Amino acid sequence: MAMTTTAAKTAKAAWANEANDPSSPVVRFGLDKPLRLDAGTVLSPFQIAYQTYGELNEARSNAILICHALTGDQHVANRNPVTGKPGWWDVLIGPGKIIDTNRFFVICSNVVGGCLGSTGPASTNPATGKPYGLDLPVITIRDMVRAQVMLVDHFGIDRLFSVVGGSMGGMQVLEWAASYPERVFSALPIATGARHSSQNIAFHEVGRQAVMADPDWHGGKYFETGRRPEKGLAVARMAAHITYLSESALHRKFGRNLQDREALTFGFDADFQIESYLRHQGMSFVDRFDANSYLYMTRAMDYFDLAADHGGRLADAFTGTKTRFCLVSFTSDWLFPTEESRAIVHALNAAGASVSFVEIETDRGHDAFLLDEPELFAAIRGFLQSAARARGLDQP
Amino acid sequence: MSVNVAHRVDLQVVADFIAPRAKVLDVGSGDGLLLELLQNDKQVDGRGVELSQRGVNECVSRGLSVIQGDADRDLVFYPDKGFDFVILSQTLQATRNPKLVLDELLRIGERAIVSFPNFGHWRVRFSLFFFGRMPVTRDLPYSWYDTPNIHFCTIRDFVALCDEVGAKVEKATALDANGQKIGFNMPWWFWNFFGQQAVFLLRR
Repeated sequence: MAMTTTAAKTAKAAWANEANDPSSPVVRFGLDKPLRLDAGTVLSPFQIAYQTYGELNEARSNAILICHALTGDQHVANRNPVTGKPGWWDVLIGPGKIIDTNRFFVICSNVVGGCLGSTGPASTNPATGKPYGLDLPVITIRDMVRAQVMLVDHFGIDRLFSVVGGSMGGMQVLEWAASYPERVFSALPIATGARHSSQNIAFHEVGRQAVMADPDWHGGKYFETGRRPEKGLAVARMAAHITYLSESALHRKFGRNLQDREALTFGFDADFQIESYLRHQGMSFVDRFDANSYLYMTRAMDYFDLAADHGGRLADAFTGTKTRFCLVSFTSDWLFPTEESRAIVHALNAAGASVSFVEIETDRGHDAFLLDEPELFAAIRGFLQSAARARGLDQP
Repeated sequence: MSVNVAHRVDLQVVADFIAPRAKVLDVGSGDGLLLELLQNDKQVDGRGVELSQRGVNECVSRGLSVIQGDADRDLVFYPDKGFDFVILSQTLQATRNPKLVLDELLRIGERAIVSFPNFGHWRVRFSLFFFGRMPVTRDLPYSWYDTPNIHFCTIRDFVALCDEVGAKVEKATALDANGQKIGFNMPWWFWNFFGQQAVFLLRR
């Protein structure tokens, strides 16, 4: 923004330049188009930053919406402007890939509450001219989806060919299918659940407490001090990162190996490779993510309970649905274990929905959905191909 | 699920029982051979349940709507009369509670189609009678100690079970060792002796 000097900007984290004026295209919704929030208020004006890949066909029937996870962003298949790394689902999406952008029009937007260009706690509050901080109302998964609906409307798309996402992205997929069934031809929720379990809320609370215990958090108003709660956010990320992996994968990768040393130092330096790895994960995270955004994202997942929104019976969330579903879980995912997916499958069966369900054997834990997993790719390819046939989308 | 697919001569018989464009649930869908046949030849709206994860992943990658599940445990989640046909093909003998499974099939489907290997076939009787050994045949290639088939029955046993659960036999076919249909007007005892497999179309 105009008020920030160049010097102050360079002292900021890499993500900070993206919050208000992202490198991505942006749709701005004015006061005439407020975002209605579950918190009982509205967010207005607000903006959504997004990326698209491929071409929307004439019938507007080939659009796939990708929903990102907790700390993901809209840069799903292009180089990330903050980290310089390839898109987070680059292995899956692109010309000639499983989600073929020669064939499909792929949309991915930053969720509301995020920090890469959609309105979030780091965005400037028009009422004060300062970042929202904790003045931003708490955002829910349904709020994120409502904002995505407005983006999809902006493209003039009545019905998405598919909505795809893992983890928090999978929650958005389920919300889309439950709230807008007639607008979702097929849905692919991966490594997710219809609610956040007590254990998952517990881990998120540890992360939030780590952020808020950092004196530099400053009640969420750290933008006033020029300092950021980097230590707290890094600890939050370290704890969370463990939940994305599995015990066996961690041990396979790191064992009890020592980091750049021959023997234990009898101190509290990072003796073990796993410590060094986690510290690195924590430190690199603070460069690409806003601490307040982390609070909002984790809260959104905690609040998600699709059955509770439908009278306590999950099947009622999908009554009469025509959407074709494919669920995927991973054997070593203890954050969203297979049972969570199976509960959704049973609910969909009870609702008479068309559903496929694949459990993939891997020791890579929750993060497996982001990795090169041949069986995952085979399932996605088969599911989308048969859905495309049913939708009348011909091979290019 | 438990029988070599190359010898699944019953599949065409099952397909012949099914009306075009019907909504079909295939319980024990294996690698999806029958579902694919039904989708291509009968344009059905087909779903599958399969116990082995490998079978499921294979089906889904071929574009079939199949979930991992257990006939004994997971049928309870389906609504009443949600399907026109529910098929249990060569799987009944591998379930823990065949009576309950049959009950569930008749609840979920307007009609149920059940195919199974006939344990009353003369080869089976011959093996037991003359050698005193549990039979190992082309269609039943397992030894007694490693077989997934824990509840064998004869055609007459099955007809009795149908009576017990109140199922009406609308059609039935027995196949001989060469996969040929046995004459329609033959008596039950003849089918029970010469039928290697049986396919029943049931309703309640």
